[in-house]
Amino acid sequence: MVDKAKWGMVIDLDRCNGCTVCVTACSMENNIAHVGEADAGYGRSMQWIRIERYWEGEYPNIVSRFMPVMCQQCGNAPCEPVCPVYASYHSEAEQLNVQIYNRCVGTRYCGNNCPYIVRQFNWFDYAKDMPEPLNYQFNPDVTVRRRGIMEKCTFCIQRIRRAEEAAEAQGREVRDGDVQPACAQACPSEAIVFGLLADPNSQVSHLARNARAQRLLLEELGTEPRVIYLKSERGTKR
Amino acid sequence: MTAKAMPFPKGEFQEEEDPQEHLLFDPRPREEMNQMVMESMRSTTGPFWVVVGILTLLVLVCLVGAWVYMALTGMGVAGVRRPTYWGMFIANFVFWIGISHAGTFVSAILRVFKADFRRPFTRAAELMTAFGLVVAGMYPLIHLGRVWVAYWIIPYPNSRWLWPNLRSPLTWDMIAIFTYLLSSTLYLYLPLIPDVAMARDHSNGWRYRLYRLMALGWRGTEAEWHRLRTAIQIFAFAIIPVMFSVHTIVSWDFAVTKTPGWHSTIFGPFFVVGAIYSGVSAVVMILFLIRTTLANMKYFVREEHFDALGKLILVFSFTWTYFYFSEYILAWYGGDLSDQYVWDALTKGPYAWLWYTMLICNIAIPWLTLWNKRIRRSPAMMFAIGFIVNLGMYIERYLIVPGMISRNRFPFTWDEYTPRIELVISVGSLSLFLLLYVLASRLIPLIPVWEVHEGQTAHTLRRIGKTVVPTKSEIE
Repeated sequence: MVDKAKWGMVIDLDRCNGCTVCVTACSMENNIAHVGEADAGYGRSMQWIRIERYWEGEYPNIVSRFMPVMCQQCGNAPCEPVCPVYASYHSEAEQLNVQIYNRCVGTRYCGNNCPYIVRQFNWFDYAKDMPEPLNYQFNPDVTVRRRGIMEKCTFCIQRIRRAEEAAEAQGREVRDGDVQPACAQACPSEAIVFGLLADPNSQVSHLARNARAQRLLLEELGTEPRVIYLKSERGTKR
Repeated sequence: MTAKAMPFPKGEFQEEEDPQEHLLFDPRPREEMNQMVMESMRSTTGPFWVVVGILTLLVLVCLVGAWVYMALTGMGVAGVRRPTYWGMFIANFVFWIGISHAGTFVSAILRVFKADFRRPFTRAAELMTAFGLVVAGMYPLIHLGRVWVAYWIIPYPNSRWLWPNLRSPLTWDMIAIFTYLLSSTLYLYLPLIPDVAMARDHSNGWRYRLYRLMALGWRGTEAEWHRLRTAIQIFAFAIIPVMFSVHTIVSWDFAVTKTPGWHSTIFGPFFVVGAIYSGVSAVVMILFLIRTTLANMKYFVREEHFDALGKLILVFSFTWTYFYFSEYILAWYGGDLSDQYVWDALTKGPYAWLWYTMLICNIAIPWLTLWNKRIRRSPAMMFAIGFIVNLGMYIERYLIVPGMISRNRFPFTWDEYTPRIELVISVGSLSLFLLLYVLASRLIPLIPVWEVHEGQTAHTLRRIGKTVVPTKSEIE
């Protein structure tokens, strides 16, 4: 864990039951394109969160494990230095890894260099095919992306901004609990918890000190991820 | 110019063969060679125009048409998908950059080392460099998701003070390719000046006007020759580091990342060796085509040249093999699981058939054939071997680009890739290269006559008693 981290997320793998509600909520909140049957079948479905499912053991003694993987908002992100036009860059204020859609030229280099494989590419103008009433569901706070650009999880930065503006209007700092991204809000088993990692008394900081928070995902690469996974002990002997 | 006669080095010349088989020991008058080269440029037969027509059609449909279609609909018409974000376009880019290395290698390095067998085909190789770079330089653009804003990678002053990211290997690439294109074009042009001046003096009409423009008023005075030789000498030395840096930088596109398989410090020299390997093989293919299709070329391009290039290919095959397996051994010795995934995919996984084909093309066939002098001296056989080596090297690039990124640290996301419109555009770009070459073969003298002439004056057969001793003068 790095001292500079501001926002952080804790995912309790014991609580995740793989229901994919977070994926749906994320798609609605962030105007993520629906790619259609053919492209989804070809492996181009766009989701900012993917639920990895692993089976352990042989039938009937089988344990299923789920791991939601989204952008880890690396403090030292591999996608940032490779972008020739600074479309992928580091927000020093929020300590997030942000993607500037209208700056992206579509080299897809960041997608190759992301060790978590969480970056998504807009292969076509998917939003253009949205039939008439359905386009009203678009979130006005989020850009509808066009073809040829990269996108990825933003930790719902539009919600972070809104909370910060509200806090500023009230003349205070933003507090833990002010912001909830769509996935954390939707998660029925409260497996996803989001908050201020910079505040040692916040819920995420509290959870991050849990004995099950042993390693960060691909910590050995030095990416300094901001998502903390609580190890699943379900199905194992305590 | 000072001349000093020396016995021809042993080994380069076998006792039993006829010295007249060597171009440099079989001199013809300068004027006769001029006429031969001029005739090869002027002869445009019916089949020539058919070839030009077919190639133009292919370029218009497969390259321009398919590219415009892709830009208008979206990158999705290509086969790339997550996690294989780079596909055949980037493999083609690396391949054509590799082809473009041959010209500089053959021309500059052999010139610096005074290898005289290079003389008749330096220009043919330099043209490959220029046209290979044109094709290679297109691929990063073809591959962009939003090609209409590609100029954002160029540093230009703008109202927002946004500059390209100089930490990105793609920005280095852009700079390296521009530098190489510029310097290799100049390097192609300098030795061309005396030859276009010759062509100017032997032609009339539009050709005369074109060559007069290109010859820059060359008259062939001693001072002009002196300056030209100095300039060529400076360029030959200066372009070698540029050539090595270009492919090293291209390899850094891969080596700088954290992607398993790509993350390797050996990539710089490995890519340079691979580039020269495929490039020299491509020179052999081009020389065969020139020899069989252009008039009077059997005099200039001889079996001895195929022989010499065959030896070069064999040496580069050894070097390439060493680098390839060094990379493999490091991955094995390092014991990183993600590297193991990549190599398993190549050796036992879905790419195994390509991997073994590559080993046969790049190692087995050159090693089993090129030791044989009879095979090396047979242009048709050398053409076949050049083709096989280039096929193998293309597969190698394909395995490195979409092959290696189809495996990563998350087995859940693994996915292979099938090229779609990439195949069409690849055919189009190959046609563009061939079209440019075919047109150039009728527009500029493909044989540097003055260089051949210079070599022939330096090489003489002297009769000492009953034996004929080939001698070579040092030209300074």
